[in-house]
Amino acid sequence: MRRLAIGGQPAKWRKVSEPILSIRGLSKVYSGGVKALDDVDLEIRKGEIFALLGPNGAGKTTLIGAVCGLVRPTAGTIEAFGHDLAQDWRAARARIGLVPQELATDMFETVYRAVSYSRGLFGHAPDKGRIEEVLRSLTLWDKRDSQIRELSGGMKRRVLIAKALAHEPDLLFLDEPTAGVDVELRKDMWEQISALRARGTTIILTTHYIEEAEEMADRVGIIRKGRILMVDEKSAMMERLGRTEALIALAEPIPELPSSIAAFPVELRKEGMEICYRGGDGSGKGREEVAALTKALVQAGIDYRGIDVHDSSLEDIFVNLVSEREAAE
Amino acid sequence: MSFNLRGAWAIYQRELMRAFRTAFQSLLAPVITTSLYFIVFGSAIGGRMPAIDGVEYGAFIIPGLLMLTLLGETTNNSSFGIYMPRFTGTIYELLSAPVGVSETLIGFVGAAATKSLILAGIILGTATFFVDFEIKYPLLAAGYIMLVAASFSLFGFILGIWADSFEKLGIIPLLILTPLTFLGGTFYSLDMLPEPWDAIALANPIAFLVSGLRWTFYGVSDVSIGLSLGLTLGFLAVCTITIAYIFKTGWRLRE
Repeated sequence: MRRLAIGGQPAKWRKVSEPILSIRGLSKVYSGGVKALDDVDLEIRKGEIFALLGPNGAGKTTLIGAVCGLVRPTAGTIEAFGHDLAQDWRAARARIGLVPQELATDMFETVYRAVSYSRGLFGHAPDKGRIEEVLRSLTLWDKRDSQIRELSGGMKRRVLIAKALAHEPDLLFLDEPTAGVDVELRKDMWEQISALRARGTTIILTTHYIEEAEEMADRVGIIRKGRILMVDEKSAMMERLGRTEALIALAEPIPELPSSIAAFPVELRKEGMEICYRGGDGSGKGREEVAALTKALVQAGIDYRGIDVHDSSLEDIFVNLVSEREAAE
Repeated sequence: MSFNLRGAWAIYQRELMRAFRTAFQSLLAPVITTSLYFIVFGSAIGGRMPAIDGVEYGAFIIPGLLMLTLLGETTNNSSFGIYMPRFTGTIYELLSAPVGVSETLIGFVGAAATKSLILAGIILGTATFFVDFEIKYPLLAAGYIMLVAASFSLFGFILGIWADSFEKLGIIPLLILTPLTFLGGTFYSLDMLPEPWDAIALANPIAFLVSGLRWTFYGVSDVSIGLSLGLTLGFLAVCTITIAYIFKTGWRLRE
């Protein structure tokens, strides 16, 4: 069994390549006494999409803010691209882009000027070709002369992404990138994010939509109350923590489980009318066991009316993990 | 990257564009207000007033009116320039960019000072329609105006960071700067005040600014130009140190 990476990476990641972002012992206590980050260690590898999941108030935005210069850490170190953010912040920030959670932009500015401004702010020479490329990639080119206040919510969020991409960052933070956008636009955004990754941009995103992380992320980190509970590859996490649940509705009630299925992780419910299986992992083992279970039932002369099989999603894993921690405290 | 010149230029350009976008409020409104002062105090009342220190009354009030507009507009432009990004949340971009206190000040304060200089030129041009006057030391006058514009741009920047509401943003310019400028010899020489008010008036720092600018215009003043210049440079230094401290500690900028 793989060892869980609590509060950091599995050793595998460190062996693959040097991280482009390295956070060590990061803590943040706000002036009111709220501890938003508590001794966070995290490493981000070049070219990956990393999803940071956590309930409201978990510390996701504070973590992003600390890296991007919006929040002053109470303790700890942050290195980006080999630069210590406390010392060599200009060099580090020049390569980092941020798309904030809020739709914060000068609403009276035109799209083109707003994006050009962002490029200049990060120290890059004007480049009409680059601005056009960014705006076209986000289907904003036709809106380039429109004031931002005239755009829809989804378009405004694209403008924020365009502004963050104007200086060609190597590391991009997306704080709830699809919050408040409709399903169609959300999937469109996912495509945009995948395209960015294809161009070599490393992406760290926070999201409430766990399907978003499931869809896009290479690795997932779960944060709660300012502490990183787990960091791992998404597939490994699902394989390790994933479960299969099968509900078998019986044709007739049975007083007890037959001995032939006692070896399966099952329980008898609903006054003997339902058998519930919970087992397996994210690799498909659970479904194989359910198939074996049904054969065993037939051999034992137990008839059933239907089977409902459900593999746990990343959301289930997330909810279970957070719930377990809450129950343990 | 040791200094982000393009970043400073981007802020400067954007702040100037913002002024042109709101040209009526930023440029035309102060010109109209100042013209009304000239009409009332320069032409209507001024014609019945005796010359002060050998300067016709209409011409005498020009430096004071210029200072009145300059202080108000410079402070407002600069404070609004930094307050609005804080209010709307767009400050995130500035704080996450590779720009420090120097680039930020050159951008925001430079733009506010530039707007004020443009405004000063327009007001002086407007004054020529109402009164005849000649500036005795034009280069010194331009330099002094620039110094005051830079100082009060810095002061406005501090106000914009300090304020956490639009009400607070307007309190200092409206309730302190404007009254002090009116009482600082804009429309009269401090010598005209009866005792003890002439001495009390010297407790008003704005009186030194008005007097200094008047000296560059006509070579006459209530206090020595050296004192006026020293006070202005001292104010500039205090504001600069305060802003450097704000950026170092992140007060009201970074959580």
